[in-house]
Amino acid sequence: MNLSYKNKSIEGILTIIPQKEVSFEDEMHNYNFPIEKSRKLKLAMGYDKHCIVEDNVCSSDLVVFGLEYLFKNNLLNKDELDALVVVTQTPDYIMPPTSNVVQGRLGLKTDMICLDINQGCSGYIIGLIQAFMLLDQPEIKKVAVLNVDVLSKKVSRQDRNSFPLTGDGASVTIVVNSDENKIINGFIKMDGTSYDSLIIPAGGSKLPSSAETGILDEDKAGNFRSLDNLVMKGDEVFLFVQKEVPLMIDELMEASAFTKNDVDYFMFHQPNRFMLQKLAEKMKIPFEKMPNNIVANFGNSSGVTIPTNISFNLGAKLENSMQKICMAGFGVGLTWASLLMDVGNLRYNKIIRY
Amino acid sequence: MKEKIVKILNEIRPEFDFETSQNYFENGMLDSFDVITLVTTLDETFSISIEGVDILSDNFNDLNKIIDLLQKYGVNHES
Repeated sequence: MNLSYKNKSIEGILTIIPQKEVSFEDEMHNYNFPIEKSRKLKLAMGYDKHCIVEDNVCSSDLVVFGLEYLFKNNLLNKDELDALVVVTQTPDYIMPPTSNVVQGRLGLKTDMICLDINQGCSGYIIGLIQAFMLLDQPEIKKVAVLNVDVLSKKVSRQDRNSFPLTGDGASVTIVVNSDENKIINGFIKMDGTSYDSLIIPAGGSKLPSSAETGILDEDKAGNFRSLDNLVMKGDEVFLFVQKEVPLMIDELMEASAFTKNDVDYFMFHQPNRFMLQKLAEKMKIPFEKMPNNIVANFGNSSGVTIPTNISFNLGAKLENSMQKICMAGFGVGLTWASLLMDVGNLRYNKIIRY
Repeated sequence: MKEKIVKILNEIRPEFDFETSQNYFENGMLDSFDVITLVTTLDETFSISIEGVDILSDNFNDLNKIIDLLQKYGVNHES
C-alpha cells in the first residue's frame, strides 16, 4: 500500500541506550556450542557487544529518562506535547497503556492523546505514520513518537541465535507540522498468516505464563528457551526480508518519482550484519549508504534500531544539513514498511546513556 | 571446486564426513547459522555474492546441491 503525507517534519531525535554493555566473548560460555563455532558466527553476524537494561528497569523508565532530558535541556516544552505514541512489544503492564504511565510520571497535561502500538521491527515507521495522521487534527501541533523495547527480558540467555544480538533501548522522535511543502512517501504491507514467525508464545490471553511455560527446552540446534521466550523462524524471516524488502523499496521509489541514486542514506532496521549486507548487494546500494553497524555496537533493539542508526551514524550531520533518507523496517507481524523523506536541521540527534 | 567446498564444510563442522553424506540438515550436520558462515566463506573464496533469495537450506543440503548453486554464479569445476 502506497502512502503519502504533506507538510510534516521531524524536529529532533533522541536515542536512549542502557549503560550496561555485554560482550559476546564474555557470554559465549552460556551457549551450548563450541567456542570456535561461535567465533565464526560472530564475524558473519556482527556480534560484538550489546546493551541491555538491568533487571529492575522497564520500558517507561527509558522513555521518561529521555523526555526529562529534553525538558531539562530546554529542547522541548512539556506543555507543547499534544500526543504520545508509544510503540513497544514490552509494555510495563498488560494494562494500562505504557503511554498513560509515561504521561502520569511526567505530569503532562490531560488535554492530550496517549496511544500504545504493539509493533516491533517496523515500529519506527508505524509510529511516524501514526504521528503524521494525528497532526492532521487542527489541535494537535506536536507529537512524541516513543519507541522502546526491553526484549532482553524476553530472550533466553541460553539462546545463541537471538540473545547475542538482542539490545534494549528507546527513542524520542518529535514530529511537527511543517511550512515546507514537501511530500513524504511511504509504503506498507502486512502478512498475518506468518504471525508465528517471530513470537513470544506465552504471556498473553492465549497462553498465560505459568510454571510450565517457564521450563527451558532444547531445540534441534542446541539452544535452550521456554514458551515465555522470544522464538524466531530464522530461515523464514531471512527469506521474507530478502524477497520483500527490495520489492518494497522499488515500489516506494516508483511512487515517489525518485531513484535510489537520489537517496543520501538508507537507514534500515538492523537485524544483523549478514542480512543487511545481502540486502544491500541485492539492491545495489553501497554499504556506506546503508550502515549495518548497530548490532555490533548496541544490539538489535527492534523498533528502536532505525533511530539508533540515525543518531549513531548521522548525528551531527542531520543537525547541520538536510538529507534524503529512506527508512525501512521489516519483521514481526509480519510487517514491512518504509518512508522516503527529507530529514535534517534537527534541533538534536544524539544518543544518551541511561 | 569440490575439494575447496569440502574443506570449508570441514572447517565449520569437522566432526562430519561431508563427502559421503547427504541430507546435511536432516542429519543434523548443518543448521541455519552454519549456513551463514558457509555462505560468507563461499562468497570470499570464489569471489561471488550468493543472493539472499538463494540462501535456502535446500541449496546446501548436499555437496552436489552446493556445486549446482556455485555453478549458477559462474564458478566452474576447476575453480
